[in-house]
Amino acid sequence: MKKLTLLTSGLALTASMAVANEDLMSQMDDPNQWAIQTGDYKNQRYSELDQINAENVGDMQVAWTFSTGVLRGHEGSPLVVGDTMYLHTPFPNIVYALDLANEGRIKWKYEPQQDPDVIPVMCCDTVNRGVAYADGKIFLHQADTKVVALNAEDGSVAWEATNGDPSKGETNTATVLPVKDKVIVGISGGEFGVQGHVTAYNMETGEQEWRAYSVGPDDQILFNPEETTSLGEPVGADSSLNTWEGDQWMIGGGTTWGWYAADMDENLFYYGSGNPSTWNPAQRPGDNRWSMTIFARDIDTGEAKWVYQMTPHDEWDYDGVNEMILTEQEIDGEERKLLTHFDRNGLAYTMDRVSGELLVAEKYDPVVNWTTGVDMDPESDTYGRPEVVAQYSTEQNGEDVNTTGVCPAALGTKDQQPAAYSPKTETFYVPTNHVCMDYEPFRVAYTAGQPYVGATLSMYPAPDSHGGMGNFIAWDNINGEIKWSIPEQFSVWSGALATAGDVVFYGTLEGYLKAVDAESGDELYRFKTPSGIIGNVMTYMHDDKQYVGILSGIGGWAGIGLAAGLTNPNDGLGAVGGYAALSDYTALGGQLTVFSLPDSASSSSSSEN
Amino acid sequence: MTRSATPFLAAAALALAVPGAALAWSDQPVDPSAEHPQVPVDYEENGRYYTEEGIPTYEIDEDGTVDWLTFSGFRRYHAECHTCHGPDGEGSTYAPKIKNSAVNMDYYDFYATVVNGRHNGNSVMPSFGENPNVMCYLDDIYVYLKARGMDAVARGRPSKKDPKSDAISEMENACMG
Repeated sequence: MKKLTLLTSGLALTASMAVANEDLMSQMDDPNQWAIQTGDYKNQRYSELDQINAENVGDMQVAWTFSTGVLRGHEGSPLVVGDTMYLHTPFPNIVYALDLANEGRIKWKYEPQQDPDVIPVMCCDTVNRGVAYADGKIFLHQADTKVVALNAEDGSVAWEATNGDPSKGETNTATVLPVKDKVIVGISGGEFGVQGHVTAYNMETGEQEWRAYSVGPDDQILFNPEETTSLGEPVGADSSLNTWEGDQWMIGGGTTWGWYAADMDENLFYYGSGNPSTWNPAQRPGDNRWSMTIFARDIDTGEAKWVYQMTPHDEWDYDGVNEMILTEQEIDGEERKLLTHFDRNGLAYTMDRVSGELLVAEKYDPVVNWTTGVDMDPESDTYGRPEVVAQYSTEQNGEDVNTTGVCPAALGTKDQQPAAYSPKTETFYVPTNHVCMDYEPFRVAYTAGQPYVGATLSMYPAPDSHGGMGNFIAWDNINGEIKWSIPEQFSVWSGALATAGDVVFYGTLEGYLKAVDAESGDELYRFKTPSGIIGNVMTYMHDDKQYVGILSGIGGWAGIGLAAGLTNPNDGLGAVGGYAALSDYTALGGQLTVFSLPDSASSSSSSEN
Repeated sequence: MTRSATPFLAAAALALAVPGAALAWSDQPVDPSAEHPQVPVDYEENGRYYTEEGIPTYEIDEDGTVDWLTFSGFRRYHAECHTCHGPDGEGSTYAPKIKNSAVNMDYYDFYATVVNGRHNGNSVMPSFGENPNVMCYLDDIYVYLKARGMDAVARGRPSKKDPKSDAISEMENACMG
């Protein structure tokens, strides 16, 4: 009898949660809208819209523009829900609601009050990757870690929650994941010795429901030593603590500022953790679990179902935060639920997202040299570990030694800029960096709220290649192979969009919005927007017309090194300064540019321009 | 932290004693051929170089060998400062070319700005007064950036350097605790 009651109440609970989330689910399923930053829970960034297609994209024109009024790095994208576009800015994190039925008139504007002291605690510019929508609310996660729920109709504050403490270096740049009756949020601050965590707030009330740290004791990281697995085996007790010296895990990093994915059938959400603090590996012996890790956690409880650490004992700042893209594909004749992840460390991983089994791990830029590859033999003692090349090991070379020629650089073969996946071509479209580095670790002291870095590095375009700092590639995640690669002068720091019109869109740091053919990679269109692009391309339909939107506004990590141009210290003096500076191409900005086809061209094709 | 508190307090007191850290000239260009009294070396003391007025400065040999502080400044700068001020002091989309500031600003103003931070609307520099990784190496960072601003060292890592003197090692150990 007792059992039965539990069962029914369990069912009732599930049902009400489903209702709470049905709104967002149906909005995401409607290709006319762009209801979540990542396109859908699978992070595919794929749209079923095909009015703009490979035949006619060459005729695309600017339909309208909007200045955000802020001049720093603009990451993320707007959302479109119903007749309203929701648009965010970098610090001070203004949110605009624009009325698409009324030529983009501003319906409401929300500007939070934040202490400007949070600005310098944010490593690498004051970017924000956008708002989220669910259940009639807009969720904003501010730079100072305040999570705010706004009424989507009028911008009034429904609730606020404080997720972290900027005086300890905890800040935020990421969007949030609204899923079921929760809003799941991460934290930044890996360069400040933060103990990274992921936290669920109640969507209705803003009350904290659970918090799971990346590093620390089992009850803080929400691991069940018998149930939580890594590569198919239970992790056992104290799986994180065992891999740190003393209480170093307390300032151990593992921040969580990437894009999150969810699988509603498995009741799991997926994300990655960042670098262990400090950047000096000699100062933190051990594998430093679970930094640099892919996590699958239960949406309701936060408990970890499986984990996989990609870069044990990081020596290069290869954060594992990049997005997890969920697909259903055939592999060895069997339909499987997959997770594909393009890591900063230069390896692309394909995993079974239900079991956490590692299926593919291959380099997605041929210049990657710090590892010869991942041990794929389940019988091996080093199963799942990357084989580190001694020459490029900043740990083996030691403190105060400059390790040269490491590829990729600390910003990774790819940073947060999200890839897209087209189920039509079964291909991933990946914006990448093509940059290498010299890295010299040295001893540092920890002070709360101060940078805790401990390495100096110089970055430069990958030597003996095309001279540019980026590529835009098409990737086959089953065979672990590059299909085609477009060389770019600068890192591609913009999120891609794939559509049913067989077009793939991305932005460049010079400010171009580009459209390429999904099969061949041939360029079909380019337009130079007012500033460099580090935002993500989105699309929506309004009044039977398809639009493509992109934020311009140079900044972020790209705005640091690339603004002045990078030099290769190994080159002779003649070559220094030979690499182009981004400042020769673009200047600060903050603008949304929205494209569409001219009324006459919707069905015509263009091959003449 | 307690052991290293003394030099920080001294630094803070020094900063307070110098009024009026000015705001505007940080991105102004530098003409290396002009006269810069805060640059020429007057004397050396335990591997550190000073101007006539006792301001720390850089010493670079004809073959490109840099003094230890300039080299050390390169390292510390690229750990603590370059995430805002860009590689080699070249600036970023949101922070000034600090290599020029190191020439244009008075040494004590430069010092005070690092210790106290600075607010200018949404352009904010934090206070580093309690950060040993910066404060114990502030002269190093200053002379490195001054050398960069004067084009006395090229971009990137200086290839040849003087050895670290015992006196510099002792001071570093005392400061870092």
